[in-house]
Amino acid sequence: MYKRKLGDAVLNIVLLLISLIWLVPLLWTVLMSFKDPNNVNGLTHLLGGIQLSWQNFAAAWTSGQFQLYYINTIEICAGILIVQLVTITLAGYAFARYSFRGKSIVFVIFLLQLMIPVSALIVPNYLTIKDLGLVDTKWAIMLPYFASAMGTFLMRQTFRQIPRDLEEAAMLDGASWWQIIWYVLLPAARPGLVAFSLVSVSFHWNDFLWPLIVTQTPQNQPLTVGLSLLTQMGETGAQWSMITAGTLLVVLPLLVMFILFQRQFISSFIQSGIK
Amino acid sequence: MPSSTGQKGQKKRGGKSGRAGLRAALLLAPSALILLIFTLWPMVVAVYHSLFLSDNAHPVPVFAGLANFTALGRDPVFVQVMRNTVLFIVGTVPVSMLIAMVLAVALNRRYRLTPFFRLALFHPVVLPMVSAASIWLFMYTPDYGIVDKVLALFGGPQINWLGEPGTALSAIMLMTIWKQVGYFMIFYLAGLQNIGQDPYEAAAVDGAGPVKAFRSITVPLLMPTSLFVFIIAMVDAFQMIDQLYVMTQGGPSNGTNMLLYYIYQQAFAFSNLGKASALSVILIVILLVVAVLQTLADKRVHYES
Repeated sequence: MYKRKLGDAVLNIVLLLISLIWLVPLLWTVLMSFKDPNNVNGLTHLLGGIQLSWQNFAAAWTSGQFQLYYINTIEICAGILIVQLVTITLAGYAFARYSFRGKSIVFVIFLLQLMIPVSALIVPNYLTIKDLGLVDTKWAIMLPYFASAMGTFLMRQTFRQIPRDLEEAAMLDGASWWQIIWYVLLPAARPGLVAFSLVSVSFHWNDFLWPLIVTQTPQNQPLTVGLSLLTQMGETGAQWSMITAGTLLVVLPLLVMFILFQRQFISSFIQSGIK
Repeated sequence: MPSSTGQKGQKKRGGKSGRAGLRAALLLAPSALILLIFTLWPMVVAVYHSLFLSDNAHPVPVFAGLANFTALGRDPVFVQVMRNTVLFIVGTVPVSMLIAMVLAVALNRRYRLTPFFRLALFHPVVLPMVSAASIWLFMYTPDYGIVDKVLALFGGPQINWLGEPGTALSAIMLMTIWKQVGYFMIFYLAGLQNIGQDPYEAAAVDGAGPVKAFRSITVPLLMPTSLFVFIIAMVDAFQMIDQLYVMTQGGPSNGTNMLLYYIYQQAFAFSNLGKASALSVILIVILLVVAVLQTLADKRVHYES
């Protein structure tokens, strides 16, 4: 018993050390973002040149056009999510409740999206976007994601777990198929939809490669692309305090959301991963 | 599947199968249309363009059969890119999985600080890769970055981590491990919940120590989780590109260039559509092989357990 307690204490200390090491990049970023950019000690000394001011954040916000990037990112995430919620509900319902010819073929097409993600298809998809005349638009960023196999399978699973009796009772009352989805199935599927929404928003908030390729002007670029442009300015170290502040501006919403809804976040990631 | 479901399905088919089929088609149409245009069609397009020479020297594409593919075999950069990709996978996937599994076992108990540990280890997953990459870019900066500062504290050498071909890939791998361990860990935590305490109590009765229990209970019982995590890790590894773009642009001298970044370079920096398409076809085939392996392995694990 005594030995076990000692073992636990050692384990906790080791875990504490690992956790702190894991946090170093974030803590260091916060530290850098509060340094006076004109103080020469800021770069050479770990704690040198610290100032308690939002100056760097204000600088990043204006110089990096972050306000524009923020609005774009929110528009893109919201646009994708709203359409996705509709498409995955409809498709998930079809897979859960209908049997029809060619179902397995359609199923395989959905599976393909899980196997071959959009990022592997950047070259041909860019050509399609060009043919559609959509280069440098937010539509270009959003369109490929309007269908989500992961979300569809999640909804299919959710709908399957809802007893058919509920639907049949509604059907006897004369409800149509869309009334059944809207009034009977969707309320019961809320947890699944919330889980999917968290994963979708965090994925598209973080998405970089595809927006980088299909957009060219700040009017359509999301935060991640904006941040990469900002980062390229500062390889010498002169602009670090502003760039780290900009990095935190990108990271903060998700981080706050994650800390507030930690449990929900983690279980969403697990659900969406396992399908 | 309960038999009642089957009967109902039959009833539906018997009565108004046409209408049900039409309705299903309408429900699936929006998703299917997007998938056809942005998942199925691009595969056809990639194969088509991979058969043509289409670059700055050939503004009008010239049919060339498999010339783009045979040219890749002679392309030293492609060989290096594939080598880097394999090195990256070998260097990150097993290490991340092992760390994630050990941490999950250590965190799978009630303790005051457990929520803090979990938060600390999982938070990199939520960060955008681009932000994480720009943070690590600064950390790795020679002289001023925190890595060199810490090394200097112990009298270590000052190294340009991302600027030397010998260290750049390892530096990126380290950052990637930091970023993904938390993600793998939550799957292991979920897996451990399913195992429960019983096997461990039995082992404790038999006098097995923690190391023995880990080897003979945890690792084998977590096999399905490991397989699942392995597949996610593989698919992810082939898509790692954001950090290359921010931290090294594939350099120095292609020391960190990997398949997807090479595709990006060929298509969007060098305008070599033929080569980029051939590379895309290779990536698609690799991802399909991974998917097939997953299906096969899935079956075996399910039969065994």
